[in-house]
Amino acid sequence: MQNLSVIIAILGLSAMSYWLGRRRSIAIVGGLRSAAQLHSLPGYYGVLTGLWCAVPALLLLAVWHVVGQHHILDVVMSHLSGDYLTASAGQRRLLTDEVLRLAHGGAALGDVRPDVRAAAQEWIRLDALSRTAGGLVALSVSLICASVAWSRISPTLRARNGVEWVVKLALVLCSLIAILTTVGIILSVLYEALRFFHLVPIFKFLLGTSWSPQLATRADQVGSSGAFGAVPLFAGTALIALIAMLVAVPIGLLSAIYLSEYADRRVRTVAKPLLELLAGIPTVVYGFFAVLTVGPLLRGVGQALGVAVSAESALAAGLVMGIMIVPFVSSLADDMLTAVPQGLRNGAYALGATKSETIRRVVLPAALPGIVGGVLLAVSRAIGETMIVVMAAGLTAKLTANPLEAVTTVTVQIVSLLVGDSEFDSPKTLSAFALGLVLFFATLVLNIIALRIVRRYSEQYK
Amino acid sequence: MNNTNNATPLETRGQRTQRLVAASLKRRYRAELRFRTYGIVAVTLGLLFVVVLFSTIISKGIGAFKQAYVTLDVTYSAADIAPDGKLAPADLAQGDYEAVVKAALRNRFSEVTERDEKRKLYGLLSNSADTILRDRVVKNPQLIGTTERVALLASDRVDLVVKGRISQNTPEADRTVSDLEFGWIKALLAEHRLKEQFNTGLFTHGDSREPEQAGILGALVGSMLTLLVTVCLSLPIGVAAAVYLEEFAVRNRYTDFIEVNINNLAAVPSIVFGLLGLAVFIQFFGLPRSAPIVGGLVLTLMTLPTIIIASRAALKAVPPAIRQAAFGMGASPVQMVTHHVLPLAMPGILTGAIIGMARALGESAPLLMIGMVAFIADVPRALSDSATVLPVQIYLWSSSSEQAFVERTSGAIIVLLIFLLLMNALAMILRNRFERRW
Repeated sequence: MQNLSVIIAILGLSAMSYWLGRRRSIAIVGGLRSAAQLHSLPGYYGVLTGLWCAVPALLLLAVWHVVGQHHILDVVMSHLSGDYLTASAGQRRLLTDEVLRLAHGGAALGDVRPDVRAAAQEWIRLDALSRTAGGLVALSVSLICASVAWSRISPTLRARNGVEWVVKLALVLCSLIAILTTVGIILSVLYEALRFFHLVPIFKFLLGTSWSPQLATRADQVGSSGAFGAVPLFAGTALIALIAMLVAVPIGLLSAIYLSEYADRRVRTVAKPLLELLAGIPTVVYGFFAVLTVGPLLRGVGQALGVAVSAESALAAGLVMGIMIVPFVSSLADDMLTAVPQGLRNGAYALGATKSETIRRVVLPAALPGIVGGVLLAVSRAIGETMIVVMAAGLTAKLTANPLEAVTTVTVQIVSLLVGDSEFDSPKTLSAFALGLVLFFATLVLNIIALRIVRRYSEQYK
Repeated sequence: MNNTNNATPLETRGQRTQRLVAASLKRRYRAELRFRTYGIVAVTLGLLFVVVLFSTIISKGIGAFKQAYVTLDVTYSAADIAPDGKLAPADLAQGDYEAVVKAALRNRFSEVTERDEKRKLYGLLSNSADTILRDRVVKNPQLIGTTERVALLASDRVDLVVKGRISQNTPEADRTVSDLEFGWIKALLAEHRLKEQFNTGLFTHGDSREPEQAGILGALVGSMLTLLVTVCLSLPIGVAAAVYLEEFAVRNRYTDFIEVNINNLAAVPSIVFGLLGLAVFIQFFGLPRSAPIVGGLVLTLMTLPTIIIASRAALKAVPPAIRQAAFGMGASPVQMVTHHVLPLAMPGILTGAIIGMARALGESAPLLMIGMVAFIADVPRALSDSATVLPVQIYLWSSSSEQAFVERTSGAIIVLLIFLLLMNALAMILRNRFERRW
């Protein structure tokens, strides 16, 4: 809370220094009328002063906070009785967590050792001290920088260049976030996955055919229990994605062809947005629809035909997922079809081809690479789709190709393994990250191939 | 050459072609018709899905906006409420209001005497009835000793009967409401004491284990807080990144790498962002679980690529002449962008941002990963409070076994869809009204 008030104070100071800097730049040349003698517009002098006031102080505050917290924890923990220093890493973490929870006013879990309680008190005291000191230092840095910047204002100071340099730096930093995210995903998922592969060999994970992580919850059983063979999950994911694509590709492609080649403008303007409505519906709604309507419907049909259909059949999840992907396929296919030059069609018509022959023999082959790319993107989406399968597909891993049975998928397992509190060191929890890693790389490869095909294709007719 | 003379009337090449074409025409036109029909069938199927989806949700969910209330003559007996005669609010709050409610029910159905039947009778009302009475008495102690007509929340099963979701035609063993209870409900209905009113509770309550008391306010506020974080972070960062890539960056391997990255991130499954959030924000930085701030951060990373791509497209649409004119007037590159290009590209950028926000509002998978699935009855008030969001609330309710939650779930979905529709409509208005075609 105190940090917040320091930040607000610094921002207030910064606004004030903007005003002062601007005023000084005008005063220095003797009024607004002779502002042309300045290198930059007066506002730039103000902004530069304001930036000097805020940026160094805020950076310092952030560093102070991070380093301070770390240091305080070290100091506090070193006061704990001797066994802390000799304890294992896991026990240390437990003790640290306990101290922090007590210090943040959390309820004690069971008996608390007196030295832990004392450490929490100490933490509170040192934390308050560090915050006060940090706040004072930041405020004085802010004042010093602002006054130095203010006193350096002169007609020859290149204020605009300075401000623009900061702006450009900020822009570059923002564009780096995309890379940081990717790196963050890879590092964090890879790190936990590698910890998992320490416990379970990677080949057992990738090639094993039995999956039952629930057995491994007890900590004393780590090496010996739980089966982490992910093949049934990959098979289940593939089965559901296949069903989804069997629904989405024909419907999406054919409706795109009809709407872009046959339908007149009125039909197109009504039907296209309606179909795209499907793309805007949250996946949780599709999941609910699958559970509430499609599942029971398939079951009823199965009963009428004398076939046993599981309540959480792969078919129900796949069908609904297919519906979800229809607009995705159709809008991509639509883009690809309209990119085919009219000349190709006219050439075919001139040779006497009917419209459908033109489409099948000329337009589709010309647009095929793009459409394949779009379908690959749709596959990657089907593989990574979570809510529909979490709600409508099963939990038990079964290696089957029968769409009427319940199968489970990679995403379902990730959710069921990580929802709810469980310790972060068990292979059960870590296996979710291994699955996430597989999922990330599978979709990454699909995306890279697909995007490359789409890009090359869309440049072809330019 | 000479052979041709021996042959019977021989067709020329052209005639042969014509004959073959004429013979195949029928087949080809049939194929044409067939192909066209496939297209019509596909479009019809797609539209059918839309209609079925929406009509299912609406028909199941429209009932959630109504709720049955039982009007009873409640006698606030002093013996139950203030047995020791103290009338301070704290003492009044201690009174036995359950007894008051039970007495009111027994009073109306005086024929019920058996223990089991009495318990069933008390089950007609939601267990929030006594809190309602308590609040009334604490606010106005003069009610003690008087009798007043109060509309009390009916239980979820009564509500389902009133709405016709439970029918007396099914065998008694297969339904949750017995014939005896049906009798009481019918009697109350005949006296107009059992009525459906607009379900304000749906919008003013947090989550609850009791379907009739469960509302979406907590989830709605959670969604707003999460989205607030997302907007505040992803819009400035996304626009800044797009401006850099489109206006300043020189095309080289480094910027190509950023671009490939952004395109890939746009297609990474959302659940992977959840894993990232769990590992980085919660494990590494120690931010609180289930908090809107973490949810907002995760959704920011997820929507950033969408916003960057949309913003770049909007920037690209601004004609180069604008930039050259600005340079010609002596503007610096930064001034050219901030004074001229950005304002012109703003409608397009905002359209993309709103669509990205709509996606973030409907997203639930990554939020499951960071613990926003806990049962939380309180309405969150700060960014670090435990919270859930509307789509996750829908998921939670849909996995409940109680029949009455099906209706609530559909009702919550309707609310969510209305919000999404409004956001998309806003984006469309922005696009149509402000976007310039050059």
